[in-house]
Amino acid sequence: MAVNTQTWWQQGRVVETSDLAKGVRRVVLAPDRPVHAAPGTHVDLRLELDGHVRKRSYSVLRSEDGGRRITLGVQLAASSRGGSRHMHGLEVGDVVEMTGPVQSFPLGVGADRYVLVAGGIGVTALVAMADALRRRGADYTLVLAGRSRRVMAYLDELVETHGDRVRVFVDDEDVHLDVETLVGEIAGSPAAARTEMYMCGPIRLMDAIRRAWVARELPEPNLRFETFGSSGAWAAEEFVVHLPQLDRSVSVGKDSSMLDALEDAGVDVMWDCRKGECGICQVKVLDVSGRIDHRDVFLSRQQKETYASLCLCVARAARGESGSGSADPAAVTLHLP
Amino acid sequence: MTTAVARPIDPAAPTTAASKIFNFPRNTWYVAAWDHEVTGKQPLARTVADRPLALWRNSEGRAVAMADACWHRLAPLSKGKLFGDEIQCPYHGLRYNSAGRCTSMPAQETINPSATVPSYPVVERHRYVWVWVGDPDLADPASVPDMHQMDSPDWAGDGETIYAPCNYQLVLDNLMDLTHEEFVHSSSIGQDELSEAEFDVSHTDRGVTVTRWMRNIDAPPFWLKNMRDKFPGFSGKVDRWQIIHFEAPSTICIDVGVAKAGTGAPEGDRSQGVNGFVMNTITPETARTSHYFWAFMRNYRLESQTITTQLRQGVHGVFGEDEEMLAAQQSAIDANPDHEFYSLNIDAGGMWVRRILDRMLQAEGLPSAAAAK
Repeated sequence: MAVNTQTWWQQGRVVETSDLAKGVRRVVLAPDRPVHAAPGTHVDLRLELDGHVRKRSYSVLRSEDGGRRITLGVQLAASSRGGSRHMHGLEVGDVVEMTGPVQSFPLGVGADRYVLVAGGIGVTALVAMADALRRRGADYTLVLAGRSRRVMAYLDELVETHGDRVRVFVDDEDVHLDVETLVGEIAGSPAAARTEMYMCGPIRLMDAIRRAWVARELPEPNLRFETFGSSGAWAAEEFVVHLPQLDRSVSVGKDSSMLDALEDAGVDVMWDCRKGECGICQVKVLDVSGRIDHRDVFLSRQQKETYASLCLCVARAARGESGSGSADPAAVTLHLP
Repeated sequence: MTTAVARPIDPAAPTTAASKIFNFPRNTWYVAAWDHEVTGKQPLARTVADRPLALWRNSEGRAVAMADACWHRLAPLSKGKLFGDEIQCPYHGLRYNSAGRCTSMPAQETINPSATVPSYPVVERHRYVWVWVGDPDLADPASVPDMHQMDSPDWAGDGETIYAPCNYQLVLDNLMDLTHEEFVHSSSIGQDELSEAEFDVSHTDRGVTVTRWMRNIDAPPFWLKNMRDKFPGFSGKVDRWQIIHFEAPSTICIDVGVAKAGTGAPEGDRSQGVNGFVMNTITPETARTSHYFWAFMRNYRLESQTITTQLRQGVHGVFGEDEEMLAAQQSAIDANPDHEFYSLNIDAGGMWVRRILDRMLQAEGLPSAAAAK
């Protein structure tokens, strides 16, 4: 269970594809150098999108036969940056460049109770964890939230496997996940301090849970999460980055990240995780026209509210609710280090 | 009583009977430390099955085994400090709780969600801290080997740790065949009858037992002294026994003793004798080094700390002789990498141990006869 954070590349052949739910594709890869992928691991894929090589991360849904079959579940993003569209186009026999399993969301051992919370496609990170907890005989609950049953991948299979341990919340059935109630139940239970929550889903859901968790004074290290920085408070839209230092402006398309756009424009920027965790690509914000959609988990809530800095890899600018009628794209003015 | 013969191994088995097996299973419990070695004051660094660990106790007194490498730049946590429930990296001060989750980071208001150090399942039992460095989903506390004499009120004794500069299987070989006592330990427990007496071997899926009785013999010096501790002024012949119990992967508890000759010890009445258990559990550190935990437990004169100390010192001396031989054997193996082992009749017990280990390795998909590098 060593945390495996090295990234080494190999080739993976697509051996199976199928639809898991509306807009969710199951892709089974057979890697060159099979290594068992522990619960919580993901693989990075190197995809050529619009003439650029981009790295995209996908949770490992299932690792079978010592990692000889690695199953991914990919949702076609409404505002795809190109990755999910590419993944949905894969066919049996195609070969992709992929890393070995990378572990940045390990399932811990020894907690009294586990609560897994999946928002939408976030379920892909939690399926293997739920199976592992079941095998261990652990006390766990699996909370699944989604807009509609039609788009919720693995729903029936999970209910069948985990029975009463699954709680399903579906927006279009008017059964909404109430974060305050969920976290309140944990805080009120005798195992409160020894309950670990693992969550994966839209950043808004995770932010709400994080706020409730902190407000209830539950131990912060027990709240574990993974984000690929792909969801925000507003849908992705085109915006502009002004760089007075360099006397230039760069436009960021809705399919691109700010970091990618700056790199493509030849701006020398420093970065590491590219998913809003490490803070290496943090830069100072000098001005904003519109709103900043931070999408990272590095900056604290207070830091985000002051708009003093942002993480280039995932942050976007958006016109926000005030954007009605205005044709001008949102803009941020940045000071690069 | 029949003499056991090393039977030819199953031809379908992937290795020859004599293969030098240097690998070790990971999906099993190994002793990482004596319970008293793991404290809440200072972390202990110890490598188990190639995994460097930092061992410490949290504020509840629970033993914790974590990877000995900070998530950030891999600085050894064992060189860090303990603060109640947390261990602090000696380099940049990142702190981790006993689940291995980072609780504080320098110069930022949040904690990176992936900042975690692997924490391994731990069980404290029989005065030892056992760790499981394999797949945690398989860690079943019920599979900790039975060493109940270590903490039973019916037994008294103590032991030590030998840092053995050899592969753990050489130690298992050493303990599964005690004819070597005649040659390696001639001044204490060795005697001619050891290699003359016949022995029995039996096995299960997880265990091997080798039984040897020597009747109506003179007690060697070590055992004569023990007899006189219980029966002051004793002299005369004894019936001596060695019943070696192996439990996978590397625990060997040896029921040893002597009783006044002809008083019924072989039939089960040991009242006229002295009985000890040599408790051994061997933890591979690397392919060429081992932590060899041992204790000598007795079931007579339980109150005497003097006897406990004398026995510990006596066995310490005896095991020092083994250590020297094991180190020399490992050197010879390293110098002759292409030579396979030959096996003798006396190796039957050790061969069953290898068979069991071989199957454990196969079950984990690990090469069984991997060359030591």
